[in-house]
Amino acid sequence: MSAILEVEGLAVRFGPTQAVRHAHFTVHQGETHCIVGESGCGKSVTSLAIMNLLARNGHRHAQKIIFAGEDIQAYSDRQMEEIRGNRMAMIFQEPMTSLNPSYTIGSQLTEVLRRHRNVSQAEAEARAMALMARVGITAPAMRLRQYPHQLSGGLRQRVMIAMALMCEPELLIADEPTTALDVTVQAQILRLLAELKQELGLGILLITHDLGIVARVADHVSVMYAGEVIESGRTADLFARPAHPYTRGLIDCVPVPGKIKAGEPLGSIPGTVPVMKEGFQGCAFRFRCASATDACTQDVPRHEIGAQHHVLCHHPVTDKGSRA
Amino acid sequence: MSTTPILSVSHLSCQFKSQGGLFQPTRLLRAVDDISFTLEEGRVLGIVGESGCGKTTLARMILGLQKPSSGEVFVQGAPLSSLDRRARARLIQPVFQDPFSSLNPKQTIKDIISLPLRAQGTFEPHEIERRTAALLERVGLSLEQGLRVPSELSGGQRQRVAIARALILEPRIVICDEPTSALDVSVQAQILNLLDELRRDLKLTYVFISHNLAVVEHVASEVMVMYLGRMVERNQTADLFKTPRHPYTQALLASVLTPEPGLGLPDVGLGDIMPDPAHLPTGCRFHPRCLKALPQCATQEPPLRKPTDHAVLECHLT
Amino acid sequence: MPRLTQASFVIGLGIVGVVLIAALFGPWLSGHDAFAQDLNARLIPPVWMEGGSTKHLLGTDQLGRDYLTRLLYGARISLFIGVLTVITSGVIGTSLGVLGGFYGGRIDDAVLFLITCRLSIPVVLVALAVVGLIGSSLTLVVATLGLLLWDRFAVVARATTMQIRSLDYVNAAWCSGSSPLAIMRDEILPNIASHLMVVCTLEIALAILLEASLSFLGLGVPPPLPSWGLMIAEGKDYMFFSAWVIMIPGLALFTLVLGINLVGDGLRRAFGTQVIK
Repeated sequence: MSAILEVEGLAVRFGPTQAVRHAHFTVHQGETHCIVGESGCGKSVTSLAIMNLLARNGHRHAQKIIFAGEDIQAYSDRQMEEIRGNRMAMIFQEPMTSLNPSYTIGSQLTEVLRRHRNVSQAEAEARAMALMARVGITAPAMRLRQYPHQLSGGLRQRVMIAMALMCEPELLIADEPTTALDVTVQAQILRLLAELKQELGLGILLITHDLGIVARVADHVSVMYAGEVIESGRTADLFARPAHPYTRGLIDCVPVPGKIKAGEPLGSIPGTVPVMKEGFQGCAFRFRCASATDACTQDVPRHEIGAQHHVLCHHPVTDKGSRA
Repeated sequence: MSTTPILSVSHLSCQFKSQGGLFQPTRLLRAVDDISFTLEEGRVLGIVGESGCGKTTLARMILGLQKPSSGEVFVQGAPLSSLDRRARARLIQPVFQDPFSSLNPKQTIKDIISLPLRAQGTFEPHEIERRTAALLERVGLSLEQGLRVPSELSGGQRQRVAIARALILEPRIVICDEPTSALDVSVQAQILNLLDELRRDLKLTYVFISHNLAVVEHVASEVMVMYLGRMVERNQTADLFKTPRHPYTQALLASVLTPEPGLGLPDVGLGDIMPDPAHLPTGCRFHPRCLKALPQCATQEPPLRKPTDHAVLECHLT
Repeated sequence: MPRLTQASFVIGLGIVGVVLIAALFGPWLSGHDAFAQDLNARLIPPVWMEGGSTKHLLGTDQLGRDYLTRLLYGARISLFIGVLTVITSGVIGTSLGVLGGFYGGRIDDAVLFLITCRLSIPVVLVALAVVGLIGSSLTLVVATLGLLLWDRFAVVARATTMQIRSLDYVNAAWCSGSSPLAIMRDEILPNIASHLMVVCTLEIALAILLEASLSFLGLGVPPPLPSWGLMIAEGKDYMFFSAWVIMIPGLALFTLVLGINLVGDGLRRAFGTQVIK
């Protein structure tokens, strides 16, 4: 499978704050790549940086951002506009804010296609209906004439997915697409994304804070902390042998039925993600880490743990809890 | 067992008139339909259901924020409607879902936390100061953070403030309406642990509302599942997770995503039809989405059954 | 774009500040009495025109009174009326709007009815009737305008209160045992204050313009008080020979109202971005 998106050495600064620090990951065609971390870890900023949608005070720098074989760093705003929503589509957390409340679903869906492709309104509507049916919206002809507020949260997110697929994108960036939804709807939406990935050979970059979601949908995981990818690996490997204390902490946080006896505390990570300033040295997780030592103030070494599985840590947990 | 339960809800219903627009008829929206339960002191009742199932309306009625259309809430045996607002505040306090809208953006954290004390009108300023400071520390915030305004705190810290405000009057019951669903998983765990710790130390009783069964399992001693205003199943937490009887409970349980790769995504099997409280189905309200529906499910309301001592079930299936 | 709006906000503040200082200290600084007539020195043109003198920088009016002094005194009257009117109407409108928005139901219906009634009353005609019945005075102008200009306060206060009353911090205050009055005062008012500030600026500008119109019609401030509207009215007989007589107070009026509106615009934008953030 070929890579659709390759990011290397990505850094984003907002003034003196370093939101993302040399992040790197690769999304392949027909594969779901999850970026996981707490709020403030830089995962959303990473996705915005790829699409060149950073706020005005944000500065992006990278060694490479290769999309479909071409480095898009030097692209003009005009060229980026041509890619966004066309070959690189997005879904956001709150579908209500991404849909325009004063236009019908139909006009918003067709507008995307007509902006990028030279098609008639009738053709665009036909495609919109077909896609709405595909993403599980019943009675698409009726829904086309409705306004966003007339739909439920789950339906709106399906509309967003249909909209993202209008131009047959190669890469889909989904930022917390199910966080605002009920758990029952969440499972349905994630299933839909997984089916579409198979069917269309989409590359999906999924951003989430929930390792429960990651485990079920991702092919490859990058765990981000304080703007850095601190652990990355194939999903099965990473969950079988989580090497970074932070990754372990995140896994323990997810409530699992029957895992913890009543009265015992749920695993949690104390504290919050620190804000990174320039000149910071050492491991950013050391303030919250149970196994931190003096060594953690030094530059963090990278350990290769297995094929495609690496970790940035002074004291990675290797097999059966023993420390290297 | 004590003789009077600390919280008891008897045949509680709430209906709204929904204006359908200029030329549409007004419809009756039955948000909560004939709910009854009792809760012993020190226990935690988890209420689970999707959005629109009436769980928040139920919480608002227990808090006295919403007048029931019929039925009554009893706290320590006394009807809620007979209590004045200060007495009610000393017994029941809320923790709301969204920590960004539950704190007044124009007040300092200390003022927010001390509001229930000040509203009582019987506390000396130094007493208010002392108790506020003690509670700030108890929920894991610094005195310095007490001088800030909400926008300077993170989501998890704000939720700690909301918890401190709820506890300052030392109430008996705390109603937690989705207290962690707006938070990160890692922060959610912190808050759940804090709530559990406080419950044991202060001998509190919780009503804990969530849409995620896995979260409820961790805190609740018994669980009530709601669907379109009705209680469809109620049981002790361990029993409910071991033998979920109602197909809806089974679907909710199946939709929990645990961090176990290789299991793939569950087929929840609820279909695309979303529940709409303004158009209630006939018979069993769940039948349009139920995979196991029998012919009588569409026509007859399901009977209330008690499969075991603690379990309550509303379903035609056995 | 933000830089431009910031500049206009600063300009607005500057104008309002200068007028405020002039209104407070001007009549003492100019060195003339605003009411002292000198029939020998009537209609002296301003200093930059032919026949002008440095003794009267903006010339004199048809009764020989120093025009600069009268203009500064007029600023005092304009601001006095603007501020007092807005305080009166602000208190009435905000109370009604918050009550209606907070309680809803019958009370809200009553508030809406009052707003509708108020909107169907023509301000100038009512002022005419009042002056006809009671006679004109400064207090009467303030009272009439104050009792009539509260509608916008009520509409804005009602709409913003309705948005806020369903928020969870208001629910939390209910559950804390706060009284309705305390909730309106501590939870709602501070959070709608920024919107009301914007209305204040609009209404001050409107009150100043209305006062000028009423005075021009002879229904406002009674002579010899130097209101800008009255100055224009008094000067209109001479405007074909000495156009500056009405141009100077007209320009002052325009500048002040523009300044106030620029401040209002700036406030609205500032609060607008705050809401989004």
